[in-house]
Amino acid sequence: MLIKPEHELTYSDVTPKSIYKDRRNFLFGMLAATGAAAAWKGVEALAPGRVEAATTKPISGFTKWPSSTTEAETPEKTVTSYNNFYEFGTDKSDPANNAQNFNTSGWSVRVEGEVAKPRTFTLDDLMKVAPLEERIYRHRCVEGWSIVVPWIGYPLSALANLVQPTTKAKYVAFQSYYDQRQMPRGPFAGIQLPYLEGLRLDEAMNPLTLLTFGMYGETLPNQDGAPVRMVIPWKYGFKSIKSLVKITFVKDQPPTVWNLESPREYGFYSNVNPNVDHPRWSQATERRLGDFFRRKTLMFNGYGDQVASLYNGMDLKVNF
Amino acid sequence: MTVANSILTSKWTKVFVFLLCLAPVGFIAWNVTQDPTSAANPALFLEHATGDWTIRFVIFTLAITPLRKLLHLPQLIRFRRMIGLYAFFYLCLHFSTWVVIDHYFAWSEMWADVLKRRFITVGFTAFVLMIPLAITSTAGWIRRLGGRRWQQLHRLIYVIAILGVIHYAWLVKSDEHKPIFYGTLVALLLGYRLVVWIINRSKRAPARAAGSVAPPEKLETAETHI
Repeated sequence: MLIKPEHELTYSDVTPKSIYKDRRNFLFGMLAATGAAAAWKGVEALAPGRVEAATTKPISGFTKWPSSTTEAETPEKTVTSYNNFYEFGTDKSDPANNAQNFNTSGWSVRVEGEVAKPRTFTLDDLMKVAPLEERIYRHRCVEGWSIVVPWIGYPLSALANLVQPTTKAKYVAFQSYYDQRQMPRGPFAGIQLPYLEGLRLDEAMNPLTLLTFGMYGETLPNQDGAPVRMVIPWKYGFKSIKSLVKITFVKDQPPTVWNLESPREYGFYSNVNPNVDHPRWSQATERRLGDFFRRKTLMFNGYGDQVASLYNGMDLKVNF
Repeated sequence: MTVANSILTSKWTKVFVFLLCLAPVGFIAWNVTQDPTSAANPALFLEHATGDWTIRFVIFTLAITPLRKLLHLPQLIRFRRMIGLYAFFYLCLHFSTWVVIDHYFAWSEMWADVLKRRFITVGFTAFVLMIPLAITSTAGWIRRLGGRRWQQLHRLIYVIAILGVIHYAWLVKSDEHKPIFYGTLVALLLGYRLVVWIINRSKRAPARAAGSVAPPEKLETAETHI
């Protein structure tokens, strides 16, 4: 339910004794109290987020990728205050408020499946697999807003080359961390958790596909997917899975959560495509956070030169 | 007259309620400038916040009649028109946000959305249906239409409330809790009216059978509903 136990009613909400004694009216006294609680919840929802100091650390020794976009970076404050991370709640402010105490110590990532050398990586080991680069990418959410973020990471292909996928590997499945004790809002997300995502192997091996550890020069804030996430800049943001714990090379197309939730609305590929509308809204335009006017959405989010060949001969209206 | 009713009839109470209904505008303005999440995408925040307050005020309006009966506070009726007009006020803000900030007067684009996107279709229908209610909210219009016809017209608010909940439910991505919450309140408030209507009808039926002369119109006088 909406009403959480910590939002207690005050004495002004206590049903008066005269009404309490009147059995017929008791129910509607309750309704009034519910209304008051709902109004309070509404007021509270409008109050500013309690964003505390993030627990990020500077990352040193990364190089700047030469192909970064020259578009203006979105302010860091925006990228850390406006998030979709349903494990921590479905409002845009929820992740910043509820993920502050998310414990990511002792993190490890399991890489397995159709690979010659399956392995469990500590976060430190994983960060050392390849040189870290800062890449400024456009990031387009399926909801119609976009940001420009300087991510820090390395191409997923470097990790794949280390574990050596076998010839049977055709897809890569990704899984997020999920623990209800740390993510008590998870059961109310409306999507099944743990969060699952997937790519075709050639998509996963594309040089743009980034295994990401940081942004704006520091380690990832919890609400942005600490301590390690994927960033796939030519696909809608939900494909860029957060707080990654498992990468599995598989034979068949893996299940993905938004596709399971609503296959009509969210395809497996989910490439940014201004010509294929979401059933409930147009994808032709987007609002860059911070801008007043909408701008045109670019095919493959402007990364067509690097990725269009992956989809040669495919009908992207069918394989959306 | 009870103490509660004498408070309700005070003109200061009316001023207080008027200002209280305006408070969300302050919250919204404050958030869109001060809260980083709201400020990140002000267009969407304004659309959602004004939409939320519209459905809340529609629910407050629908709650007046049950509350005045069940709490024995007939004077609550003094606030119904004001609260109903506030629902229309927030709906106008909601609609304006969509027209100005979201689409910047791209009328053909908006009309295409009204026809194509079913959640916009129902939301737009609710907006159009509410216009005559706002226009005919004055005493002059009640007189011109006659109490009974005015009351029939204003039952459109039941349809508007249902359309509002559907509009919300079709919009959300996966978390249905808010539309379900508002939908439950609307269902309770409309259910109350249905129960009252059934009870009244069953009371009337035997009376008519006995040849009593009590035309149903006379039972629902303007006093109870206006």
